[in-house]
Amino acid sequence: MIDYFRLYVRLVGFSIRAQMEYRVSFFLQTAANLLITCMEFAAIWAVLGRFGNIRGWTLPEICFFYGTANAAFAIGEGISRGFDQFAAFVRGGEFDRVLLRPCPTVMQLLGHEITLRRVGRLAQALTVIGFGFAWMPQTLMLPNVALLAWAISCGVLLFTGILILQATICFWTTESIEMMNVLTYGAVFSSQYPLSIYRGWFRKFFTFMIPLAGVVFLPVLGVLGISSGWQIWVAPLCGPIFLLAALQIWRFGVRRYCSTGS
Amino acid sequence: MLLQYRGAALGGLITQIFFGLIFVMAYEALFASSAAPQPMTLQEVVTYLWLNQALFAMLPWQPDAEIRQMMRTGNVAYELVRPFSLYWHWFARALALRSAPTLLRALPLTVLAALFFGLGAPSGAESAAWFGVSVLMALVLSSAITVVLNASLFWTISGEGAAMLVPAMVMALSGQNIPLPFYPDWLQPVLHWLPFRGLMDVPSRIYSGAIAPEQAPFEIGSQLAWCVALVFIGGLIVRKGARRLVVQGG
Repeated sequence: MIDYFRLYVRLVGFSIRAQMEYRVSFFLQTAANLLITCMEFAAIWAVLGRFGNIRGWTLPEICFFYGTANAAFAIGEGISRGFDQFAAFVRGGEFDRVLLRPCPTVMQLLGHEITLRRVGRLAQALTVIGFGFAWMPQTLMLPNVALLAWAISCGVLLFTGILILQATICFWTTESIEMMNVLTYGAVFSSQYPLSIYRGWFRKFFTFMIPLAGVVFLPVLGVLGISSGWQIWVAPLCGPIFLLAALQIWRFGVRRYCSTGS
Repeated sequence: MLLQYRGAALGGLITQIFFGLIFVMAYEALFASSAAPQPMTLQEVVTYLWLNQALFAMLPWQPDAEIRQMMRTGNVAYELVRPFSLYWHWFARALALRSAPTLLRALPLTVLAALFFGLGAPSGAESAAWFGVSVLMALVLSSAITVVLNASLFWTISGEGAAMLVPAMVMALSGQNIPLPFYPDWLQPVLHWLPFRGLMDVPSRIYSGAIAPEQAPFEIGSQLAWCVALVFIGGLIVRKGARRLVVQGG
């Protein structure tokens, strides 16, 4: 176990060094990543400037929802790049090689690439949370910071789980399914506003199918002081639980995988 | 070629409807929350949002993937040998790249959106006709920007730097992130003089009648002016890039 962990750390090191070989490209990519997310937030800002509120939620409150979801997604997507690109592994037969190595498949794919440029989105998300605290200083308390950190960590696991599911589907389809974007990008995109503003079916989907409500909505309610109690601390656990379920499905997929040809 | 992957096309359609619905629900909630006067009515916004989704595949948000590959492998040398203008060859490729997926997606999407999700009818026959012209202009504009993106690869071979900054601008300034009239008033003149609104905002507003049919020729004229300018600039960049190109290997 320790050995695997050490190996993973080395793979991460390789990946980072490889990306730093193209330093200018890296900085430009990060800048682009940052610019895209900033423009997205500027749009929310502009719209709320015109309307004042969305079903009673104001911009400072929305900062917390937006920031938490985006931070979790940035890290989750950054570490799960191997799963995101998994279709290429299956199509090119590269997954056969992965299976030959005496080391868990999940670890190899996690070590495949750490996408550094996602720090652009991460930095932006954390800045937006910072705005939230600055505008609502009464929320800036240690337990709240801890709660957000806990929610983001669980969110990372949730998004990793979604990407693993997306990869698992490739065992059957050998191509990546654009529709899975609904679960990843759809989830982050929708959490630029609080989940409660959407229609019933949508709320249910992102509560019970993809437990986004547990890792973003409920903890942020706690931070805002709208709800309290142990529930808001327990709710994010649906992130890790989702990941465990996804890993089970992944194992099932691996077992029935039979290469793609020559 | 795209018809070969019918499943993928269907998946893309569902994805787009899903994102469209998120947008629509958000604006419904916004309009329900405030009585302040807005630059557009909810119905106009919903129509605008669905047209955005329909025309989404037409936006110039990445360079031509095959040309990117050629730049990396050096096969772009063959492109230079061919006895026709590199610029117009790439332009024709860009036209195909932007129009085929859009056609495939836009038709079913507009039908579904009109039947179930609140896409309104064009404000009149004249508006509808000008809308058609304006969409064609947007297609040409998008292709011209795509070729500029392609040509930028002559300088940044990996093609993930400069070519990624433009898409961010495109998303924000064409009306995809937010209908442009909702940006602050002081920003409106700036938006007005940039080429990006010609990609989406202009056709959508001609459709809804926010730009009256009498004004439409002027707006389309400004699209056309940007097309000419960007084709000219793109031609220059392609020529300059091709001259400094060094293909490695043997």
